[in-house]
Amino acid sequence: MPGQKFGPAWFPGLIAAGLVLCGALLVVQGLRRTARAQPWIALPAWIRKPRPLASVAAVLGGLLFYVLAADRLGFHLTGVLLLTVWARLLGATWRMSAAVALIATFAIHLSFYKLLRIPLPWGIFERFAF
Amino acid sequence: MTDSVLWQALLLVLDPYVLWVILGSAMFGLFVGAVPGLTATMATALLVPVTFFMPPVPAIASIVTATAMAIFAGDIPSCFLRMPGTPASAAYTDEAYAMTKKGQGEVALGAGLVFSVIGGLFGTAVLIVAAPALAEIALKFSSFEYFWLVMLGLLSAVFLALGNPLKGVVSLLLGLLVSAVGLDNPAGFPRFTFGNAELAGGLTLIPIMIGMFAVSEILRSVAAIDQPWEMAQAQIGNVFRGMWTLTKRYPLQILRGSALGTAIGALPGAGADIAAWMSYAMSKKFSREREKFGTGHVEGIIEAGASNNSALAGAWIPALVFGIPGDSITAIVIGVLYIKGLNPGPTIFMNNAVSLYAIFIVFILANLLMLPLGIAAIKSAKQMLRAPRELLLPVILLFCIVGSFAINNTVFGVLLMLGFGVLGYLMEENGFPVAPAILGMVLGAMLEENFISSMIKADGSVVAFLERPIAGGLGALTLAVLSVPLVRALMRPGSFPGK
Repeated sequence: MPGQKFGPAWFPGLIAAGLVLCGALLVVQGLRRTARAQPWIALPAWIRKPRPLASVAAVLGGLLFYVLAADRLGFHLTGVLLLTVWARLLGATWRMSAAVALIATFAIHLSFYKLLRIPLPWGIFERFAF
Repeated sequence: MTDSVLWQALLLVLDPYVLWVILGSAMFGLFVGAVPGLTATMATALLVPVTFFMPPVPAIASIVTATAMAIFAGDIPSCFLRMPGTPASAAYTDEAYAMTKKGQGEVALGAGLVFSVIGGLFGTAVLIVAAPALAEIALKFSSFEYFWLVMLGLLSAVFLALGNPLKGVVSLLLGLLVSAVGLDNPAGFPRFTFGNAELAGGLTLIPIMIGMFAVSEILRSVAAIDQPWEMAQAQIGNVFRGMWTLTKRYPLQILRGSALGTAIGALPGAGADIAAWMSYAMSKKFSREREKFGTGHVEGIIEAGASNNSALAGAWIPALVFGIPGDSITAIVIGVLYIKGLNPGPTIFMNNAVSLYAIFIVFILANLLMLPLGIAAIKSAKQMLRAPRELLLPVILLFCIVGSFAINNTVFGVLLMLGFGVLGYLMEENGFPVAPAILGMVLGAMLEENFISSMIKADGSVVAFLERPIAGGLGALTLAVLSVPLVRALMRPGSFPGK
């Protein structure tokens, strides 16, 4: 910034310096504390168990799917789809998963879309909007 | 004059709409608190999109009520499942479970309920007395004082967090970095925007908080989905039996827990969970029956149970007076206060006195309401804890999506939620506390603004930061807090590689 001693780069610069310092200190701490060699990355136990792994993957993948598809497919279809898949993977029966997915999505439609007037996207179902 | 303000505030709260909101939030809070994996902070984050569409008083009332109920209800699964319902109950979960095993589950739950109410009312009383008094002083503050105050808050968040303080600092710096994104800085210069319009406005905090407090928690629950919950059997009759005897027997513990809890709550960055840990440790240290701790002894539950609920009210003191959140819940609340036109700061007591007194009344009401509703929650604990996780978690996740979307009505919020959810999970799993990061995000703008304008006023001279009396005092205190871990490290034998 011309004519100004303390511009917009000051604050991020201080943060960056702090992060570098802390990073270095953590490295020193790590080297000093562990006598024997440790692996660089330790994986949690659930990653080797199929059901928890699939569930975590479904949660992350599902959220990403929502980000990519919601504007086109609309909230309602995406919501029902995701809920069904999630509940089924976490251990509910297909019938239960689908039923809860429909009811919950409809409840959110009523409360958030109708009552609170949040413009949840309809996507390709725009002409069926209610 | 005060009479009429108080009367107006009372009328605001006694509006049937507000009372319904309080009742609904109370039940929501009890449920969220009682189910392990759902926390009070998560309840707050999920309530925010709903409160957008309410007038200020019911909006704040819903958060106050839900969190108070959730912190108490966190004790319930401790007794039945040996799992804390919220992190605030973790300190005495084993103790409470041991009591259930001994057939004293009724006493443990009763103590949790009654002394939560007492602690909550104590914290509320301190809030009502201390906040206006502090505001009087705060009116005279300039950018120097605010700079030190924010620094002190950020530092206490780092050093009060459990675990490695260095990791706390890293977490804090990451939070500050997030706050630096966008145009909203003293120079109005776009930073870290990469030409993206969404980023130019800065990162919206609510989706980030939903991510860090709700999505990361859901990831943890989902990763443990194959571990069934095992319910301990307990006969629950009249939970109030024997409570009067306990009150007479442990008055000092109740008072100490409430006082320490309020103080920890008022310190920025540390909330009900840390208050409970410290109070439990304090109780054990000064107890005459120290050997009984851990075997199902009620003393620690009384002190820590009072402590975590009083911390909840204490956290509102700096939040209302300075706009500096006392815990993660008030970090979210501050955003809501701004949206509702109740801008926190010393002038809130002049500009919004009626709303403020209404909030105080809600605090008292919520704590009193905890008695009847708490009993109902304890009685229906078995049903609540049998709620099917495989259905509950997906529905909460969809709520998170809608909540993150609703703030700006763009899908970018959902992406933010996902990103920070994963980040929050990874941080916690690796021992980096999340609370300092949240505090950094909330206070980053305030810190930078006061730092830069102080630097400009002082023309780059650091001495000016310490010249005004209160600023000097706060500065000295900050440096003292900073030096504690350094001194401790130097005192520890063997801390030098050479020795």
